[in-house]
Amino acid sequence: MKNPLDSITGTLISGLVLTVILYLFVRQFLLG
Amino acid sequence: MGFELIVDRWLHVLAGIAWIGLLYYFNFVQGPALAKAKADGTAAGITTHVAPRALLWFRWAAVATWVTGAVYLMRAPQLSFADAFMLKGASATIGMGAWLGTIMLFNVWVLIWPNQKKVLGLVKAEDAVKAKAARVAFLASRTNTMLSIPMVFFMVAGPHGLPS
Repeated sequence: MKNPLDSITGTLISGLVLTVILYLFVRQFLLG
Repeated sequence: MGFELIVDRWLHVLAGIAWIGLLYYFNFVQGPALAKAKADGTAAGITTHVAPRALLWFRWAAVATWVTGAVYLMRAPQLSFADAFMLKGASATIGMGAWLGTIMLFNVWVLIWPNQKKVLGLVKAEDAVKAKAARVAFLASRTNTMLSIPMVFFMVAGPHGLPS
């Protein structure tokens, strides 16, 4: 499997996915 | 809010623009341009005159961003430095951004800068070491570009709120 960070597109998509995951984490577990 | 805190916040945003702007320059402009410049033998202009200067501003803008952000968390009446880094209470949202920014600062000074010094020939290194250093610096820089996306999201969401 290719490392998504090897391409700019993969890097940006990874950042967006991470944003969604962290947003859900903050809403669910930190702000309740 | 005191005048000095407003100036601190202003400097935090300006330093952050310099830091992340140069990060995007490295990833979106210099990296792809360097690959083409190496192919036609013109890379020396970039590696000798541009990259060291850009890296100087980049790494110190990162420090300035972190320090002014830390001062703001310590001094702003509605926030707490400890709560931010423990992701507690009203400081939890901006704290997520602060953690991401702190990881990015670590990457700049521990992974990117020491390895870029080898790549650019600012410290001596054999070709195999240079190749490995280039890969580590590249992945750390790409990691920071990825982390910058949620980092900015949470920094802005701190004072302006998360989407419901």
